Amino acid sequence: MDNTKFLIYLVAMAGVTYLVRMVPLVLVNKPIKNKYILSFLYYVPYTVLSVMTVPAIFYATDSYISAAIGFAVAVVAGLLKRSLVQVAVFSSIAVLVVELVMNFI
Amino acid sequence: MNEINSFKKGIKAGLPICIGYFPVSFAFGIFSVENGLSILQAVLISLTNLTSAGQLAAVPIMVGGGTIIELILAQLVINSRYSLMSISLSQKLGKSVKMPHRFLIAFGNTDEIFAVASSNKEKVGTKYMLGLILTPVIGWVSGTLTGAVAGNILPEVVTSALGVAIYGMFIAIVVPVIKEEKNTALCVGVAIILSCIFYYAPVLKEIPTGFTVIICAVVASALFAFIKPITIEEIKNEVENNG
Repeated sequence: MDNTKFLIYLVAMAGVTYLVRMVPLVLVNKPIKNKYILSFLYYVPYTVLSVMTVPAIFYATDSYISAAIGFAVAVVAGLLKRSLVQVAVFSSIAVLVVELVMNFI
Repeated sequence: MNEINSFKKGIKAGLPICIGYFPVSFAFGIFSVENGLSILQAVLISLTNLTSAGQLAAVPIMVGGGTIIELILAQLVINSRYSLMSISLSQKLGKSVKMPHRFLIAFGNTDEIFAVASSNKEKVGTKYMLGLILTPVIGWVSGTLTGAVAGNILPEVVTSALGVAIYGMFIAIVVPVIKEEKNTALCVGVAIILSCIFYYAPVLKEIPTGFTVIICAVVASALFAFIKPITIEEIKNEVENNG
């Protein structure tokens, strides 16, 4: 792709992505005291991550069966309070094993 | 309230994110080059944007000769969830974080960096945040570069398995908390039900993913903030008990 045209796209894209992150972080610079807003902000990380994960994870691999097993392994590893890397690795290995087995069946 | 402000601790906390990012950005590198971008262009996108969904959506618009307006709108919609995270993160920043630092930290407020910063019981300082941002940036950019250069060397079954890695990290953050905290569990349950409705229901499923994430997260969080508000002390105790 032509570099000049690419640079225009790049600046527009990076600019928007940065502004979306920067404006609220710079504008909200005082501690929030309202208990409803605080509670809302407490729940936000968990709801955002959950919404992004379910149901999208079931379509993240070549088959929803391997994805479902990868999901189950991740949940169990999470319940056992394994680290972020361990959960990600266990889950990926589970998907890999299931797909290799499915290829043989 | 205490503040974590060690660059080394930030680097260490960022390491799992770095590892989780590598396969995802690797896939992005492959995708970009397959679509006709150069290796350098793919790397520049990753270096300046640091966002998975937004970047994936941008490549077809770029190579398809889409308008700048289209590109900007797509990024606004897909990335709008970051503004929610930035408001939340603003409450987590300690006293060491001066105004100019906020401009720098804002660049690195990704889903995962935000999640890890939020999971600390203490407030976070500038040095910690810069470390927490640096390692994932290295993972994101080097993964893009490797993917763009190596192309499809990895067998399909391996890239497929790596597809769950990032979600695995999300699960690792959410599950231990909902195991201990009933209200958070119920709130997450509502969010997931909404998410599934928006994914499968006719008409609703036409709404772009970026909007869906915001709508579901805001509705569930606002509902529980209203019916089950949590005080700062309760939040602190919970986090300390869990950590």
